Amino acid sequence: MIQPGLIAEILVSLLIVVGAGFALVGSWGLVRLPTLMERLHGPTKATTLGLGGILLGSVLFFQLIEGVWTAHELLVSIFLFITAPIAANMIAKVHLHETRLNRNDGIETPAGSPPAAPGPGAWATFEAPHRDTPAATSEK
Amino acid sequence: MIDYAVMFGFACLALAFAFNLWRLLRGPTIGDRIVALDTMVINAIALIVLNGIATNSTVTFEAALLLAMVGFIGTVAYCKFQLRGDIIE
Repeated sequence: MIQPGLIAEILVSLLIVVGAGFALVGSWGLVRLPTLMERLHGPTKATTLGLGGILLGSVLFFQLIEGVWTAHELLVSIFLFITAPIAANMIAKVHLHETRLNRNDGIETPAGSPPAAPGPGAWATFEAPHRDTPAATSEK
Repeated sequence: MIDYAVMFGFACLALAFAFNLWRLLRGPTIGDRIVALDTMVINAIALIVLNGIATNSTVTFEAALLLAMVGFIGTVAYCKFQLRGDIIE
């Protein structure tokens, strides 16, 4: 007969090992992939998932084995899953901005530059307001 | 069994830190360095949580929570500085 404690141990160990493996794969992607736009994929997806696994393992460890309920890990994971896409978006904006200013000399993605944005403007990074742009959305 | 899993996790995260550090030093663009710093913060949170499991204490989890918030704000502030030349306009 298998004891429940053993099942909990196996579950926690599996979550920790898988989570740490995903974190390692994400960081290896940071080294291995050729340009910044590809490198963004590793940390934002794999590493965040790996951290989620470790946090879930920690919740289960303290709940099932120690008998202590902790909510910090859940807060951390919710916060990270919300903020990781925003951080990735900001970094992609920095890349587009630097490419437009030709500060990324000779560093071009294999897919080439992104297509031009529809309309008169460029992709939203930084530009001076157009002539007809209202100062606030409440105007006009 | 959990001890071995935690040891494996420590080893993986140490290797991940080495990779991040390599990318942080190598560059070549500012964006790469920002990504490397962001990943380092995420790995540091994982390391703090693993340390909590290893030492059987929940004391350091507040630090993990704070690091998650401060790391995100730091990344956005650095990006904002690159984009606008200013952080708070």
